[in-house]
Amino acid sequence: MSSRTLPLLFINLGGEMLYILDQRLRAQNIPADKAKKDSTIAGWIEEDRRRVMNDIITTMFNKKFLEELFKPQELYSKKALRTVFDRLAHASIMRLNQASMDKLYDLMTMAFKYQVLLCPRPKDILLVSFNHMDAIKDFVKDTPSILSQVDETYQQLIEMYTPLCNGEFQLIRQTLLIFFQDMHIRVSIFLKDKVQNSNGRFGLPTSGPVPHGTQVPGLIRIFSCTGEEKTRLQFNNGGNYTSAIREGSFEIFGDRVTKLGTNMYSVSRPVETHMSGTSKSSTQHTKVNTAPNPLAKEELNMLARLMGGLEVQKAGSSDTAFRVNLFATDEEEEEALITRPDELSYGIINIQATKDQQVSAELTKIMGEFTDSGHQSPSSSSKGDDLLAMMDDL
Amino acid sequence: MFHKEKSIQIKNSASALYNNLSVLRIAPRRLTYFTVVHANVVNMVSASWDGLNYSHRQLQSKEPNVATSTSLIMQAAFCVLPSRELLVVTSQKGIQMYESDGSIMVYWHALDTPETPTAQAVFARGIAAVSENYVCVGVSSGAILVFDIPSKGSNITLSEVLEEHKESITDIAAECSGSQECVANLVTVDDGGSLCVWKSGEEFQLLNKIAGLDISCSSVKLWKGTVVAGYGSGQIRIYEAVTGILQSEINAHARWIYSLDIAPFSGLLLSAAEDSFVRVWHLSVTPETNSVEVAHLHNECVTDTQICGAKFCDGDGYAFAVTGYDLSEIIRYTQT
Repeated sequence: MSSRTLPLLFINLGGEMLYILDQRLRAQNIPADKAKKDSTIAGWIEEDRRRVMNDIITTMFNKKFLEELFKPQELYSKKALRTVFDRLAHASIMRLNQASMDKLYDLMTMAFKYQVLLCPRPKDILLVSFNHMDAIKDFVKDTPSILSQVDETYQQLIEMYTPLCNGEFQLIRQTLLIFFQDMHIRVSIFLKDKVQNSNGRFGLPTSGPVPHGTQVPGLIRIFSCTGEEKTRLQFNNGGNYTSAIREGSFEIFGDRVTKLGTNMYSVSRPVETHMSGTSKSSTQHTKVNTAPNPLAKEELNMLARLMGGLEVQKAGSSDTAFRVNLFATDEEEEEALITRPDELSYGIINIQATKDQQVSAELTKIMGEFTDSGHQSPSSSSKGDDLLAMMDDL
Repeated sequence: MFHKEKSIQIKNSASALYNNLSVLRIAPRRLTYFTVVHANVVNMVSASWDGLNYSHRQLQSKEPNVATSTSLIMQAAFCVLPSRELLVVTSQKGIQMYESDGSIMVYWHALDTPETPTAQAVFARGIAAVSENYVCVGVSSGAILVFDIPSKGSNITLSEVLEEHKESITDIAAECSGSQECVANLVTVDDGGSLCVWKSGEEFQLLNKIAGLDISCSSVKLWKGTVVAGYGSGQIRIYEAVTGILQSEINAHARWIYSLDIAPFSGLLLSAAEDSFVRVWHLSVTPETNSVEVAHLHNECVTDTQICGAKFCDGDGYAFAVTGYDLSEIIRYTQT
């Protein structure tokens, strides 16, 4: 299908991830043993949160990484993409347990699925992407170096996507919908807002404004062979539609008009998912293919090239790294890990990079490129070993 | 006018692809075949008319004799020729043709796929059987491949490549009224909304080209010399095929149209879109006066579903079937 889908998938999922992490970081209490003098506690929290957000955003918009991302290519499998986001989430001093990472990924994917489905026109996916980009820009507005990376990405998006016709956008949308096929995880916020039904499916309203470029259904016009209108008939469209509203802006700055892709979380609206009941009736699964997939190597190579651009921060000493929990308590998080239905587990790719000659050669090559671009590294070979070892841990 | 019948369950949910339902009525055996595409699999169901027997089959898109190749399927459609019936499946890698029950693959045509992916996607989409012995298939480059089909066997050959469209082909339709009088018997449409009208033969002849208005045309039908086209804007436009004169414009749907169908004996028209609605219309064409009449008859709303396929199950339009994105069933409606 479309070979231009991956950048949009990545940026929008990344944007959702940042919304969720930002909310959790604000909501999470700092344990008492981390507290210094009373007056500096607030400063510590704010500083850490900003640092985590900056670190993740810097990694997301790494030049080499984006170069790989924007190349024409088929979409990654769910497993492969999850691996990329695992890596991204750990690009800072923040740590997430598997259960929290699973939940984070569930929320990200269901949110973007919702946005793709509800886009009035396929082209509006670009507006959704710009909403995410606008928010990311706001997260880093005080850090000029990262801000310029984000600005460059706007340019790339505009260059790549604004010339596309609406049929090509529909192909991108269809490709994304195949990626999200059969995912019906229930999300608390969606259930509360009644945009998602209790069976996990999203509500598609038959009312409201029609998309830009579409007329409200109801009119039949018949023309004579000279082009004059001969007859006009009305019919009942069965819905409650209104005329289209103004179109959102496709420039770097501008009113996007649509709310899809803006931050729906806040400190007072915590994020939760319900795992029970989703696997029973509504989803029918294609048989899980347990045979070794010869295409996996191809995908691993692509993944290795992509991840070569994701420079991972050192974990840091134990008192500076801190854990973020996406659940209300540690017990809930443990419980979630144990009770997660099998068919919903993501099966992270275990890249046995050090043992696979071809993949490691690829990675060493990328590491070599890294040193050339001026990144600090004690010596390229030891950094390469670090990276390979880290990938084995994923 | 129509009421809902018992749905047919399918093994996978339908993918969001244009014209994602094909129906073949086999009267002598009192059976109907349905095909629905899910990613790289075609789900086939054979349903007996008494509603008691259902059998399922799944076809994968892959090159013959290559164990691992896999590609996403764009469309699966039955092609009915006087001598035989085929099931044609188009994907990113190529075109497969099966006997209509999906039991044997009789032909494989590989597309020129580049080594490394290019910005322009490569795939085949748009399938129609034309006159006695041709099956036409569209390609993402805008080309139309014309295959010559013998009355039996697998000696299928590529007879011609028609290069007129500049954008990806979205749908192809052959004249379905059964009338031999129509000069034009094929229409092809693309992502830019351009329509080409052809006359089939040893060399296909382009009779007319109707320029698009940059709105993708996702589904098209040709009946009694009249082109009925569904667009991404939700409009249906009706043109006289040979002259290209616009005869009617309908603001039919609030979202992108995904499927059109015509019941050739009655002139019933079916339209389905992402807006959850299936609409039934009546079309009448008077070729002598070059005029058409369109009446809206009925709406069905498939709640919370973006419809991707809708087809009549018989030539009179007595019953129709519908598929939707993420739905694992074929919903059926019959006239009351």
